Amino acid sequence: MSEPLDDLIDKLAAEGGRVRRLAPPMTRALIWLLVVAAVSALAVFAFADLPLFMSRMGDAKLKLELAGIFLTGIAAVVAAFHLSLPDRSSSWALLPLPPLALWIGSSGYSCWRHWIEYGPEGWSLGESADCFRMIVGASVPLGAALLLALSRARPLNPVPVTAVGGLGVAAIGALLLQFFHPFDVTFMDLGVHAVAVGLVVAGSAISGRFIRPPEPQASRG
Amino acid sequence: MASAQDGRQAEYARLLREIVPMIRAVAAHHHRTPDRVDDVVQDVLLTLHRVRHTYDPARPFIPWLVAVARRRSIDALRRRIRMDAMEIRDDTSYETFADPLANREREGREAADALAVALAALPRGQREALELVKVKEMSLVEASAVSGQSVGGLKVNVHRAIKALRAKLKGG
Repeated sequence: MSEPLDDLIDKLAAEGGRVRRLAPPMTRALIWLLVVAAVSALAVFAFADLPLFMSRMGDAKLKLELAGIFLTGIAAVVAAFHLSLPDRSSSWALLPLPPLALWIGSSGYSCWRHWIEYGPEGWSLGESADCFRMIVGASVPLGAALLLALSRARPLNPVPVTAVGGLGVAAIGALLLQFFHPFDVTFMDLGVHAVAVGLVVAGSAISGRFIRPPEPQASRG
Repeated sequence: MASAQDGRQAEYARLLREIVPMIRAVAAHHHRTPDRVDDVVQDVLLTLHRVRHTYDPARPFIPWLVAVARRRSIDALRRRIRMDAMEIRDDTSYETFADPLANREREGREAADALAVALAALPRGQREALELVKVKEMSLVEASAVSGQSVGGLKVNVHRAIKALRAKLKGG
């Protein structure tokens, strides 16, 4: 073995004190989701119009839509915690895709039904600006909290990790929106939701660059 | 690795030494020159040290190690490709100084190289005549005895060789 390599190993071993092992990714994801659920529940009980929400829950298509959003959020957060570890399969990134398809499909069906029912009004812009603010506004603190939790694993390829995590927080933001959103969405609203979710995912992916592992100090030609 | 996570430094050093060949094999898969492979091995060791808390002792160690090594090796390869695509390397450019005297040593070497190439391109008779008469400083009679060329032939060949070299070196 070369001398610099021997020196490096001796140096690393000398610095190799006891480390606190990371808990399994599923445990970490569940803890994070439980904390977020507790804080979100407080906000919903304090500010949402729950009787109106419960009356809307009678609609089967809304249940389906909520299930899609809820499962997308959980699946994406669980996938992000797995992807943050070096030895986990990159296929975890596919986990949120089926519930995401359910979310998009059920929302699209709602818009289409709304359009059939109300005609051109189905293309109008509803309360989209508020929806946009709600999704992005909720995603910023949630995204920061998730970034902090994910960065503990010091992911070697963080951009896909934070992008999938971004989908998770955007879905949680969209789920919270449902408690403050007492009307059916139009195609325009759905477009605004999609832009907001896309923006959160893109912002999260960019934020992943800040937790990238450092590059080697020197490289010989 | 579980012992290393518990802070047992001797076991940690032994583990790092034992895994070097495996890291080297992964790096050699992506990099050709020994220097670059060494760079990647060092970087992988530093990375393993930084992420050693992510290893779960309930899972096998080798896949974890290979995943880290492969990731860092591919990152190094990408960095190399990016640098090669965006940068032009001129090893001699930063050896040129404002003071012409400071460049004399390097320029002298370059001139000697150019002269050697031009000499090699001369016909055999001219090259032999020049080497015997001008480089080894033999008399025409001695050179004639060594080469078998006549004294008159040597004079003509030396003259032609110098003319050819002058034309060649002046033309660059």
